Amino acid sequence: MTVGLSHYLILAAVLFSISIAGIVINRKNIIILLMSIELMLLAVNINFIAFSHYLDDLAGQVFVFFILTVAAAEAAIGLAILVVLFRNRRSINVEDIKELKW
Amino acid sequence: MTTEFVPPDLMPALPEMVMLGMTCLVLVVDLFLPQEKRGFTLLLSISTLLLAVLAVGAVAPSSGSVSSFGGSFILDQLAVVLKIATCVVTILVFIYSRDYLKDHDIYRGEYYVLGLFATLGMMVMISAHSFLLVYLGLELLSLSLYAMIAFNRNSLAASESAMKYFVLGAMASGLLLYGISIFYGITGTLDINAVSAAIDGQIEQNPTALAFALTFVVVGLAFKLGAVPFHMWLPDIYQGSPTAVTLFIGTAPKIAAFAMAIRLLVDGLSGLQLDWSQMLTALALASLALGNVIAVAQTNFKRLLAYSTISHVGFILLGIIAGTASGFASAMFYTITYAITSAVAFGVLIMLNRKGFEAENISDLAGLNDSNPWYAALLAIAMFSMAGVPPTVGFYAKLSVLQAVVQIDMIWLAIVAVLFSVIGLFYYLRVIKVMYFDAPASEQAITIKDALDVKVILGANSLSLIVLGIFPSLLMAYCLLAFA
Repeated sequence: MTVGLSHYLILAAVLFSISIAGIVINRKNIIILLMSIELMLLAVNINFIAFSHYLDDLAGQVFVFFILTVAAAEAAIGLAILVVLFRNRRSINVEDIKELKW
Repeated sequence: MTTEFVPPDLMPALPEMVMLGMTCLVLVVDLFLPQEKRGFTLLLSISTLLLAVLAVGAVAPSSGSVSSFGGSFILDQLAVVLKIATCVVTILVFIYSRDYLKDHDIYRGEYYVLGLFATLGMMVMISAHSFLLVYLGLELLSLSLYAMIAFNRNSLAASESAMKYFVLGAMASGLLLYGISIFYGITGTLDINAVSAAIDGQIEQNPTALAFALTFVVVGLAFKLGAVPFHMWLPDIYQGSPTAVTLFIGTAPKIAAFAMAIRLLVDGLSGLQLDWSQMLTALALASLALGNVIAVAQTNFKRLLAYSTISHVGFILLGIIAGTASGFASAMFYTITYAITSAVAFGVLIMLNRKGFEAENISDLAGLNDSNPWYAALLAIAMFSMAGVPPTVGFYAKLSVLQAVVQIDMIWLAIVAVLFSVIGLFYYLRVIKVMYFDAPASEQAITIKDALDVKVILGANSLSLIVLGIFPSLLMAYCLLAFA
């Protein structure tokens, strides 16, 4: 059996679903949310690279570099906000974030 | 193989380059300013935005569009009008927020630098004509906003809402990207024109895959616009952020989100219009219903304005659903005038704040007419405009969107929209009633700041709502031109 495009796409879809589930179901820790977000972007990257190879077009790989850069900036800001939140709340538990509710 | 490097035509991107250069300058200059000279940063930031407006005017094509950077950057009439609107609204935001920042001891350069970077991101989004540039502009805007919300470090509510916005915003970007990656796989290109052409050829062979990718893109867009059922973040973020930041989030980014919707759906995915107009219809109906109904129950003014935003997003979507040039033009008119109107509403609210007191409940507005009839009148005009009462501009904006919907024979949709607007009238009028007829709850009378410059500019801003309401063609002509 050879590994074809569809295998990569399925892998990406599975990773993407795991990351969505990680954000939606997670009731414990905000750091897990940040990890899920990173995983989501990596799933998209797999998609892009698989398509890029399959289509023999470099634009997809260029896009991946941009996504990686943005993901790094995003992680930095996310962690910074997390630190601010921890200082104010003394907790990074998802269930403790309940200041704002309708 | 030798490939020759042809430098791109940089002129169309002159406004962005001016913004970037000046923002870096603001960043450095602010570093060396003592606290009492912070006003200079504000002055420099406003002149940056004014320069950007001038630059847009200087490079604006007299007709048609100019594209550069291999087609990924476009400067057309739409971009010109929206960029000018974004910069002008941001100038207003900076002016209104000055006293609030001073009172809350957060009068720092970061607010302006982040605001300018966010504006740069919006300008890139507005001019983006490839998926890559749309994404980069969007992220520049979002990342600046995340940091901006959290920059009042000692506020628990602000840090919580920053975290919520971060997680949901990042998830929305991820969904959008996933959709884009599948479009890339199907069409083999990132350029929006080429995608549009490729979809026309592929629509027969790959309808399911295209619809699948489209769903992700629409969900990502709906998140950014704040359409129901992807609206959960909006009320929390509006309420939790410092009012100066809410003022910013509630105005200029709406214009950019509209531009993104037009670039992606209308320019890029017009071949799938049948699919996305159905999805948007569901989103628009849900937004109109939920936004207007839940706003009735709110006691917090910022939260009320958040739900009102959701209902206005429903109206903007209606214009896009119409799918005609006049529909898009009326949606554009609606977006720009909504940004101006909400600048007035938040502008008055922000002037009610004082040291150690955060005005945010509707009851805080009680007796405003007795203590300061001028601001009460300005807020009343803004409320009438949001409700859509003539002769304010909100009436004409709603009318033109409904006209576009009726023209495509979706009369039932127009009727539903009108019905929910009538419900909306209730909570806007309640704000006016509280201002004019209720006595303040506490002994402490409302003290409102008497900064003359803000008073005049806020007055002009509010007056423009009436002027545009009586002479809508002043703006509408440009909106129609953008989609001609």
